Amino acid sequence: MAGTLAVSAVLPSFNAVLFAATKPKKGPWYGIAIDIEKCIGCGSCAKTCKIENDVPPEPFFFRSWVEQYTIKKDGSINVVSPNGGIDGFTQKIPDNEIEKTFFVPKMCNHCSKSPCVQVCPVGATFESPEGVVLVDEKYCIGCRYCIQACPYGCRYMHPTKKVVDKCTLCYHRLKKGLNPACMDNCPTKARISGDLNDPDSEISEFIRKKNVYVLKPHLNTGSKLYYNALNQEVR
Amino acid sequence: MNPQYDQLYQALTKVVGYIYPNEIELNWSILIVLYPYITGLVAGAFILASLERVFNVNALKPTYVIALLTSFAFLLVATMPLIFHLGQPFRAWEIMITPHLTSAMAIFGFVYIWYLMVVLVLEIWFDYRRDLVIWSNESKGVKKWLYKILTLGVYDISPEAVKWDEKLGYIVTVIGIPSAFLLHGYVGFIFGSIKANPWWSTVMMPIIFLFSAMVSGIALVMVIYIVINYIRKQKIDMLCLDTIAKYLFYIIIIDFTMESLDQIHRFYEAGESFEIISLLMSGKLFFTLLIMQIFIGMLIPLLALGFLQFYKPNEKLRRMIYLVTGILVLIGIFFMRWNVVIGGQLFSKSFLGFTSFKLSLIGTEGFLMASIWLVVPFLILAALLWLFPPWKKSPSEH
Amino acid sequence: MPSQLKRLLVLGVIIISLFLLLKHLATPVSFGQYGHYRGNSLNEIAALPVKYVGSKTCVKCHDSIVALKLEGLHSDIQCENCHGPAYLHIKTPKKDKLFRPDSREFCAKCHSFNKARPEKAVTQQDIKNHHPEKKCITCHNPHQP
Repeated sequence: MAGTLAVSAVLPSFNAVLFAATKPKKGPWYGIAIDIEKCIGCGSCAKTCKIENDVPPEPFFFRSWVEQYTIKKDGSINVVSPNGGIDGFTQKIPDNEIEKTFFVPKMCNHCSKSPCVQVCPVGATFESPEGVVLVDEKYCIGCRYCIQACPYGCRYMHPTKKVVDKCTLCYHRLKKGLNPACMDNCPTKARISGDLNDPDSEISEFIRKKNVYVLKPHLNTGSKLYYNALNQEVR
Repeated sequence: MNPQYDQLYQALTKVVGYIYPNEIELNWSILIVLYPYITGLVAGAFILASLERVFNVNALKPTYVIALLTSFAFLLVATMPLIFHLGQPFRAWEIMITPHLTSAMAIFGFVYIWYLMVVLVLEIWFDYRRDLVIWSNESKGVKKWLYKILTLGVYDISPEAVKWDEKLGYIVTVIGIPSAFLLHGYVGFIFGSIKANPWWSTVMMPIIFLFSAMVSGIALVMVIYIVINYIRKQKIDMLCLDTIAKYLFYIIIIDFTMESLDQIHRFYEAGESFEIISLLMSGKLFFTLLIMQIFIGMLIPLLALGFLQFYKPNEKLRRMIYLVTGILVLIGIFFMRWNVVIGGQLFSKSFLGFTSFKLSLIGTEGFLMASIWLVVPFLILAALLWLFPPWKKSPSEH
Repeated sequence: MPSQLKRLLVLGVIIISLFLLLKHLATPVSFGQYGHYRGNSLNEIAALPVKYVGSKTCVKCHDSIVALKLEGLHSDIQCENCHGPAYLHIKTPKKDKLFRPDSREFCAKCHSFNKARPEKAVTQQDIKNHHPEKKCITCHNPHQP
């Protein structure tokens, strides 16, 4: 009895993975929600992202891309993302061999405990007051440590600027009251972004009502990209 | 077409399985392999020098100054591969001006400066101070002025002042040992702290780096000592060589144990990354890991040196064996760095596939450039030996 | 204190002061304003141009076609999703025309059969065999499919 009391007295309350982030008290705190049940794999998000943000067109540089996961009846997993899904997907595996197949759009998770921000030696990548992870292209030295530290493969070395580049959640659009380009151009509204600090926002409701997951929760990155209907095979 | 894209399109055809689209390019290439390799040589050579001074291993006396100068020559070059690898080399100073304290890499600038200025330069300076004063009187021309500047205007070589040199040098060495551990253990931490990468993320990484650093540094000094004496046609001090080899043998055993423990642990735990990592080791890294690092770089030297602990053939043969094992160890540790740096980037963080890596011949990340950074320290060492010949030093107390 | 130590201390103090001076001079003005980064970079990133202007801008000139689209199945789709970004077109509409996709492959990106596409979310067709000789838009009005 006394033991139980002593323990409960010192035990802090643990945060759920979904709320691992420490939100600011004031102002917006952006997160992303993607509904896999609505994604049709058209690649509009990846395409518009490249155009909106001047991402080099070569198939090695992506701020946003789509993967098709196929779990075959024989138990094997097949994943493809031809040109990041920009040109669409052609189903190569016949229907009768497929146990399950689905699209997974990927982008920066805008982690609140970002491994990439942690390792930047100069303070060139940082979390904005709104919870958006950004790169200062005038200050980045191009050491690429952040690329190594990102568990989700969301960063790349810009081939001509020679600095690291990544998703900004279209910070330039957010600040003008617009949605990110990939969200606006999703034909099925499978992806939304919004203010996690506002309990009435669409994203807060999404997280509340659906059984959402984040990628690689065991890495404790404080990811703010929430998926509905995410399969456990997805990494 | 842009040659960089050309290379990437080729790499794209060699992708096996699934990798994230940004993972086709290998971000840390040969220059980042050199960085831990060279810093390791620095730390290892310094630790060998400290053995003599702090732990009074008198047999190592002939290599004390050589080890210090070797360490210094390599330390001067250590940052060069890093800076040349940066996308924006001219912004490198930012790491000193606004270091981000949560980043393992940010501290490198300070650890490096501490080690270079406070430890190595000071230790060498105290050791050479009396000789610098004497040489500045004896030499002529540019050399005279160089020695004169290096005395920093302190010409006092009274027995009392020299005693102070001795005392201060000793203090610096004592500070130097943890600093050398810090320098290289810390380089291991740069890799070991990346939780996104299961091939790197292990608490053993700093310890493995530290011991492999000692292995490579000691082997390097051993090889340099043999070569210098061969060039100068001097008789080698076999007791000294045998002693170095003995230490090398012990430390290889520790290093081998640590590395094996790490792998055994990885295999026994068999976590989610187990499958991809065993494929990595038996596939892409088969040659560089199993053949070069473990067999050539560790098992053969271990057998050779172990054999010499029980049976001592004649001096000439022993010298030969030491030279060959020294070189094999140096090659082996190079491949150890290779396997860590390159190996850690060959598999996708999706654990579903591999990218490929082909070392190009030219370019800043090419083979030739990398070779330059390995040759330059030897040139610096030759210049140092010419300017500050250890064999012309007046005998010291320690 | 021995003379060599004195000399080294003086040298050390000079080097450290020089370093601190350099640090002070070289650190960007807005560095540390909000956190360990250049505060001005926030404004620089926020000032980047917007390229996808949104259907609300399109309706200003193309009201009838937007109205038509709003009645059909493609009502939720932004004009620029098919036609490309309009940031130049809204300034110089005569010079910078938008993209008018008419290929079967373009429609196929959403409408070809793929087991991964949720059936309810999108109409799917066997692109290879469904009137392969014609363009999709010959029969289907993309603004009211």
